[in-house]
Amino acid sequence: MATKMSPAMRRYVRRLAVCMTIYVVLIFAVGWLFRHAPPTGLLAWGAAVLPALPILGTFWTIFRLLEEETDEYIRHMLVRQSLFATAFCLSIMTVWEFLQNYDVVPSGNGGFGAAFFWFVGLGIGGMANAWVARKDCAPDDDDLEEAE
Amino acid sequence: MNNRLRVLRAEHGWSQQDLADRLGVSRQSVNAIEKGRYDPSLPLAFTISDVFGLPIEAIFLREGPSA
Repeated sequence: MATKMSPAMRRYVRRLAVCMTIYVVLIFAVGWLFRHAPPTGLLAWGAAVLPALPILGTFWTIFRLLEEETDEYIRHMLVRQSLFATAFCLSIMTVWEFLQNYDVVPSGNGGFGAAFFWFVGLGIGGMANAWVARKDCAPDDDDLEEAE
Repeated sequence: MNNRLRVLRAEHGWSQQDLADRLGVSRQSVNAIEKGRYDPSLPLAFTISDVFGLPIEAIFLREGPSA
């Protein structure tokens, strides 16, 4: 694809990489801690919350991207992508909760929380945006004429 | 909203990328505006108007019969 990454998008990718790296380190470290030397009391609360922090950081990077992107059409597409992710996540969680309310499915989420489905929705929205971007960046007639 | 962006661009001999560079936006944005899939904000419409040296109403046209 011939699209150039905007400075805001480059910053987003960098921040996302940092958050994801910290997340991977923390999820293994905290998992190891709870298996080998389970903390108790307040320490257990603090340790359990640690892997959630980089996920919150990821939300912050997305909101920073929406704030910093200067190209209004790209920003419009990103907002649409985020709204799709929110609708996708809320739809799944709503259906799931009703299934649980009537004991059709067991309680608990098997480790798949709302954030997981929000990111899945964001990914699907991102694929839709990439498809639109590919159409938008196809050589237009004028460029073809120039090339001849 | 309809617009004459493509015609004006052709008159100047600019590619979509040329116009995008002049406007400080992506080529994707120029394409979306040209095809009528996205209506620009007023500040961007003024920038487009400055780049072509034309009033906004000479570039962007109301859809359907005008009042």
